[in-house]
This record gives sequence, structure tokens and C-alpha cells, in this order.
Amino acid sequence: MSDRPALRLRGASIGYGDVAIVRGVDLTVHRGETVAVLGSNGSGKTTLARGLLGLATVLDGEVEVLGAPVGRLRERGRIGYVPQRHTVSGAVPATVREVVGVGRLARLGLFRRLRPADRTAVADAVAAVGLGDRMNDPVASLSGGQQRRVLVARALAAEPELLIMDEPTAGVDAANQDALAAVLAGVTASGTTLVVVTHETAPLAGVLSRAVVVDHGRIGYDGPLAGSELPVGGGHHHPGEPGRPPAPGYRLDQPRVTPEGGR
Amino acid sequence: MEVLEFGFMQRALLASLMVGLVAPAVGVFLVQRRLSLLGDGLGHVALTGVAVGVLTSTAPVGAALVAAVLGAVLIELVRARGRTSGDVALAVLFYGGIAGGVVLLSLAPRGRATNLEAYLFGAITTTSAADLAVFAVITVLVLGVVWLLGQRLYAVSDDEEYARAVGLPVLALNVVLAALVASTVVLSMRVVGLLLISALMIVPSAIAQQVGRSFRQTLYLACAIGLVVSVAGTTTSYYAGTPSGGTIVLLAIALFLLVTAGVALREATARRRHRRRAEVHAAHPHEHGEGCGHPAVPHGDHVDYDHDGHLHAPHRTGAGVHYDEHGEHVAPPARQGSRP
Ligand SMILES: Nc1ncnc2c1ncn2[C@@H]1O[C@H](COP(=O)(O)OP(=O)(O)O)[C@@H](O)[C@H]1O
Ligand SMILES: [Mg+2]
Ligand SMILES: [Zn+2]
Ligand SMILES: [Zn+2]
Ligand SMILES: [Zn+2]
Ligand SMILES: [Zn+2]
Repeated sequence: MSDRPALRLRGASIGYGDVAIVRGVDLTVHRGETVAVLGSNGSGKTTLARGLLGLATVLDGEVEVLGAPVGRLRERGRIGYVPQRHTVSGAVPATVREVVGVGRLARLGLFRRLRPADRTAVADAVAAVGLGDRMNDPVASLSGGQQRRVLVARALAAEPELLIMDEPTAGVDAANQDALAAVLAGVTASGTTLVVVTHETAPLAGVLSRAVVVDHGRIGYDGPLAGSELPVGGGHHHPGEPGRPPAPGYRLDQPRVTPEGGR
Repeated sequence: MEVLEFGFMQRALLASLMVGLVAPAVGVFLVQRRLSLLGDGLGHVALTGVAVGVLTSTAPVGAALVAAVLGAVLIELVRARGRTSGDVALAVLFYGGIAGGVVLLSLAPRGRATNLEAYLFGAITTTSAADLAVFAVITVLVLGVVWLLGQRLYAVSDDEEYARAVGLPVLALNVVLAALVASTVVLSMRVVGLLLISALMIVPSAIAQQVGRSFRQTLYLACAIGLVVSVAGTTTSYYAGTPSGGTIVLLAIALFLLVTAGVALREATARRRHRRRAEVHAAHPHEHGEGCGHPAVPHGDHVDYDHDGHLHAPHRTGAGVHYDEHGEHVAPPARQGSRP
């Protein structure tokens, strides 16, 4: 089955209720490809990503993920997902370790508990996003950007074949964006397919090779990332906010990043 | 102890022990899921079950269990389908439950135990040996399921959407949790009554979450708190001649207020100490940075500046930057203390 593309959408319309937000999308992403999904606010990027995860409704056409129709995909544990939501929100305190541990659960079936190997994967994922020394801290005590990195670690801990990230760099400072790029480089080197919904391609430019620009729910551009800055779809495409926030007056120390990343 | 001399009090204390342990173990997940009032609603539904039990001369506890579990499953199915209409459907189910219970109980022939108040507010001294056996089974079952599925229940309660995306059986887990709540409701019926059950599920968790650092810790702490207030409340009610349910809940709320005040006080003290620490830097007013002349020392996720033997850390707030004294930890610590 692994010769089947990681993603195949044919005439896919995706939306909520019976309202299609993304319409008539044809898209094939092969194993190991690294794709940026670009587009202005409200163009339907998040809806597209959620459709791939079975969180938004496929209203028309076909959506195949890892070789199976999205509704019938059995081994979802092979998917990693970073939602657009910025922060972790539970009412009861939970540590970084506990939140990231959830990333391993889906691989373990219904009853098995985390084994030593799973704990190692969790620790590696947390270290990869530079929060190794915050493992046992309540997530609520972290800053917004750090919480964002916790959600990235949760996806990495799954050691996913397909990693879908919705704006993983939003609210993360420059140093940690660079660190994330290094982690993702390690993950993709081992063959993981990467789909990153993003406003700003600059931080992850070294990792992403292909760009898909969503424009009013349709694909307006699909090609090399370098060409995506060209005006497309009638010239009103604005791919992202200008650059990063200015570097602060002091440098954050770089988190420990192993070449293997979260593996 | 005088309380223990009577058989009915022994049974009462045993029942309150089980309730105190089980109710928070389930309640923590409800709080996490922001569904605190589910227990309250299922208490309403259980009343119809009680009434059916009384009318048909079957055990009210068993009938209540069936009604509450059915109600719980129904609620989850409604929640999984609809959005706004689900909210209304829940209200209809809940109020239908209590209305049905009241009306059915009024139809019971004379001579049957139709003491509505006993079911609504608890009548712990009426706990029979047969009730105790049912309660023990429920206790073992609920704690067993929480032990077995706790991590999954946490995952679904914490981030349902993520759980669904990675293929955890979200609906099944939600139904399991609702069934646990229903079982707990029935278990609590004699001790705190159907109207106050929710309090014993929620308040211990509300206390524990102010102190706990991890979900696991909060869960254990909530169970310990539940156990203590439940047994202490039952004992108090015996001596003071007050109803056990109300006494237990008042005790829990008193503890909640005490802990909330304590935590607020501790935070105020920490803020004051933090302000004092920050003032050390005010004596040398410049912004530390690359090449400011002070050696930079990496420290966790930030950099401290070595300043005459003190480590000063920039701390950016809405009001600008000030410097915290981080001198007390030379090696990277497990946790940072000065983050307000
Ligand atoms: N849960 C939802 N239900 C209905 N409409 C939604 C929902 N989420 C998003 N939308 C609508 O879908 C459109 C695209 O949103 P989204 O996919 O989040 O865009 P993007 O991620 O590109 O900013 C918006 O018009 C938004 O209002
Ligand atoms: Mg979006
Ligand atoms: Zn200083
Ligand atoms: Zn300086
Ligand atoms: Zn400070
Ligand atoms: Zn420091």
C-alpha cells in the first residue's frame, strides 16, 4: 500500500454542515513530499487540513489519506496533527509530559499503557521542541509560544508517517522557529510526509519544497515553493504577513536539537 | 468511637467512603471536559428510574442505575449528532427525568417507600446491606474502568478534536464516561442525594486543581479530598443531627473557599517577593543584552546576565522590561520559580 500517495483528493469539496468551503480540489501528495498550504485568512486552508483528518465533512469527490478513504482509515495513529488552536485549554492542570503523551496513545490501541519506548519517544519529542527542562511543569504555566511547541511535540511523539500542521510557527519566536525547521528537517529526512498550513513560509523555507495556494476554497497555485510568491488567482493573493517580528534585544538560547528530531 | 456502635452507621460510613472516593475520580474528567453539570442532569434522570423501581416493586437502586445509564448513553448520542439542538435536548431529558420521577412517585400505592426527600437529598441511614453490596460492585467497576481507560478518557476530555483526528474511539469513550457518571450518581444516591451528587463530583476536583501540577496528581488529590469530606461529613451529620448530603457538600465548599483563599494569599506573597527581587537590578539601570559587558549565561529557555555574582534575567511584560534575580539557581532547574 505504501506506493499509494500519502494524499489524493479528486474533485473534493470539504465543509461544515452542507456548506462547502473548499470546492473541487484535485491534489496528490506523494510519500515524503513537503508541502506548504498557503493562502489568505479565510481562504479555507484549515478546512482543507481538517478534511484530511476527518474533522470536516467531505461533501463531494474523494479524499484518500495514506491509501484509504478518509472516513475508513483504520490506522490513524500514523497521523500527526498540530491544530491551529494556539494554547492548551483543559480546566484541570496537566504537565507537558501528560499532554505530549497523548500523542502516543493512538498507536497503542484501546487498553495498552505507555511503555518505556513510548516514554522515550515522548521525552525525545519534548526535547526536540526545546522544552526538555519543562517536562513536569503544568502546561498552563508556559507562554503561548511554548504551549504551541507542546502541541508540536505531541504530534512528533506519534512518530507520524503523515504530519499535518496548522500554523505551527504562529506566535513562536524566531529562534524557536529555526529550531522547529531543524526538527522538521530531521523528521522529513526519515520519509515523513509533511503538510504545513502557514501564513509565513520564511521560517520553514528550508524544509518545504512545494506550495499549494488556496484561494477562496480553490487551488490557485500548485508548484515549487519558490514560485508561490507570484500573484495568482486574479492577483489578489497576499501570501502572508510581512516577515517575522523583529528579533528581541537578547537571544534565546537554542534548544537542544538532535538531527533525528522527534524520532 | 460511638458512631461505629450502630450497624446503620457502619453501613453509612462504608457507603460514604465509597462515594467519596468514586465521585471525584469521575468528576475530574467532567471538569476537564467542561461538562460539570452532567452529573446533575443524570441525577434528575435517575429519579425516574427510582420511581419506576418503587412502582414496580423492584429495587429502586437497580432501576435508577438502568435509567441513568440509558440517559447517559442517550445524551452522548445526542451530543455527537447535533449542535445547538443538543443543548435543548439535554434540558428536555433532564427536566423530563425529574418531572417524570415526581409524578410517578405520586402514583405509587400507599405503604410503599415514596419518601421523595430521601432520594433527592440522601438518607444515608437507610442504606441496606443489599445497597452496600451494589455500591461495592459499582465502586470496583468504576475505579477499574478509570484505571484501565484513564489515559484515553483524559485524552478525549482534554482535546476531543485531536483525539478524533488520531483515531481514538471518541464516541465510545464519551459513552463510557457518561456511563461512569451514571453509575456514580446511583452510588451517591443514598449518601448525598440526587440533587447534590454533582457537588461531590465537582467540588473536590475544583479544590485539587488549584494545588495539583499534573492531571494524575489532581485526580489522586481530588479522590483523597472527596474521601475525607465524605466520611467527615457523615460523622458530623450523625453528631449534629443534620442531613448527611448537605453536611458533606457544605464541608467540601468550606474547604474549597479555604484553599482558594490560601492560593490567592500565596500568589500575592510570591508577587511581592518577585517585586523585591526585581528591585535589585533597579540599582544599575541599563538593559542587559549582547555586548552589554555582562557575561551571558544560558538558563533554560532564556539567558541570564551575570551581574556582580547575581544572575539577572530579562522579563518582558506589558509595562516594558525589568530584570529578575535568578541567582538562586546556578544549574538549570527542573522548573522556573520566578515566572508569575
Ligand atoms: N466550524 C465551522 N463551521 C462553519 N464554517 C466554518 C467553520 N470553520 C471555518 N468556517 C468558515 O470557513 C471559511 C474558511 O475558514 P478556514 O478554513 O479556517 O480558513 P483559513 O484557515 O484559510 O484562514 C471561513 O469563511 C470560515 O468562516
Ligand atoms: Mg486557518
Ligand atoms: Zn542586572
Ligand atoms: Zn548588562
Ligand atoms: Zn519579573
Ligand atoms: Zn534565569
